[in-house]
Amino acid sequence: MRRTPQYWIGRLAFWLLLAVIAFYSVFPFYWAIVTSLKSGSALFSVDAWPQHPAWDNYRAVFREQPFGRNILNSIIVAVSTVVLSLALAVAAAYALGRVQFRGRRLLLFVVLGVSMFPQVAVLSGMFELIRSLGLYNHLPALTLSYLIFTLPFTVWVLTTFMRELPKELEEAAIVDGTGPLTIVTHIFLPLMGPALVTTGLLAFIAAWNEFLFALTFTLSGEQRTVPVAIALISGASSHELPWGNIMAASVIVTVPLIILVLVFQRRIVSGLTAGAVKG
Amino acid sequence: MPAPRSRLARQRIRAAWWMLAPMLIVLLGVAGWPLARTIWLGFTEAGLADVEAPRFIGLTNYVYLLQDPDWWRAVRNTAVFAGASVALETALGLIIALSLNAHFRGRGALRAAILVPWAIPTVVSAQMWRWMFNDVFGVINHVLLAVHAIDTPIAWTASPDTALLSIILVDVWKTTPFMALLLLAGLQMLPQECFESARVDGVHPLKVFFRITLPLLKPALTVAIIFRVLDALRVFDLVYVISGNNRDTMSMSVYARQQLVDFQDVGYGSAAATLVFAIIALFTVIYLSASRAGREL
Repeated sequence: MRRTPQYWIGRLAFWLLLAVIAFYSVFPFYWAIVTSLKSGSALFSVDAWPQHPAWDNYRAVFREQPFGRNILNSIIVAVSTVVLSLALAVAAAYALGRVQFRGRRLLLFVVLGVSMFPQVAVLSGMFELIRSLGLYNHLPALTLSYLIFTLPFTVWVLTTFMRELPKELEEAAIVDGTGPLTIVTHIFLPLMGPALVTTGLLAFIAAWNEFLFALTFTLSGEQRTVPVAIALISGASSHELPWGNIMAASVIVTVPLIILVLVFQRRIVSGLTAGAVKG
Repeated sequence: MPAPRSRLARQRIRAAWWMLAPMLIVLLGVAGWPLARTIWLGFTEAGLADVEAPRFIGLTNYVYLLQDPDWWRAVRNTAVFAGASVALETALGLIIALSLNAHFRGRGALRAAILVPWAIPTVVSAQMWRWMFNDVFGVINHVLLAVHAIDTPIAWTASPDTALLSIILVDVWKTTPFMALLLLAGLQMLPQECFESARVDGVHPLKVFFRITLPLLKPALTVAIIFRVLDALRVFDLVYVISGNNRDTMSMSVYARQQLVDFQDVGYGSAAATLVFAIIALFTVIYLSASRAGREL
């Protein structure tokens, strides 16, 4: 079959479009890496790659603020949020996905409704709660408050997953009078690996990135999580931001996230679409 | 459940409620209770120092709120932000989704590339773009000057004319992947027969898009758009990191937080937060009915 010129122009335009999409997606992060490797006055010249790549900014980030501590804080908060959400959600998802009872649909709608809450709407009530529990400026305040957005999401996705498993799976166990807790831990949990990884990962990313609660419920530099630390890095004056340091910090916290996302690409895509399209 | 409610079935339902209880209690504690308190505090003159026994002042906060030009500016900013960013994201997301739906070598790599903006924390993307938008050293001004698109550098994030635009552009970059992935999932669920027969009949691709693809994609598109609108209406991180409490760009959430935390006016700030909640609740109801309609199709 002979290809017409129009065909080749079309192909070319298509590949050009793909190149533009790839460039648009990746360039800002590439630029952050380039900037983070420039030191001194090199920062203020525009080169596609630094002439003398240097790690100065990376060292400075850890020297000038408790950034190591901030990373640790973020890990503690994100991991504890994920563990708590998954534990609570697996139990709830079993009830919502496998048992028919009155009010089930209503509960699911309430859970979905909570996931739409604007965080600012609970800010003053949450602040009050956290202060009365004595958690202000402590990490558990963040774990607790993050459940408001991770829990509805994990419950929703895990319920969808549980509902689709075959009925025969637990029939024998029910007839034998096995308790639901045993059914969940012995029959369902071993099958739920992929679903737990997906939802856990999405909850981890959401907790890792959260900013409003972290900004409002912590006060001292030692208690800050990574997003707050990066947002509040400042130089000698407000007009002289240490861009090299900011970019270095940004690259440090983003690289692990990008690796995670690329490794679990398929899972994340299916998890995201399950959360939204089926909702 | 089979047959009439046996003893076993009743037992099972009781057990289900026990399994649900921890999740419900936590959700009530971290969502229900704080929301109720926020709504209540909105009717009082509570300050940050004395939230214990604040005085009830009825609708006074709301009366002041509705007379505050800054609040209305925040509403306008948020509406412009939500409208513009979601429109751009939908258009771009659709283009990317259609491209990814085609078969070509390197498709997986491109899908991975578009996930990069999604994976980057919002605060980080705000800082990255703030640096690129920098008036003196930013790469964007540098390139625009080099190709003579502009004569003098633009103070993208500082000038009142372009600050909101800059924020919208960053949001578009950050959230288009999400839109593209949702739409791609929608595209992949469409029946292939229509496209086959259109191709055999030699229908022009643009006509195929507007007559077949778009109408079939409408349910997925509606859900994705409303989902994004809900997210855009509560925007905080991007606006706050890029231009702080600047009135020219302030969103409703930034306004409410400034009253609550910076001005320590818990009552007034709670009233503003309650209004944000009410607006988003309205959209949520629309979303729920739209997604239910989508499922029934």
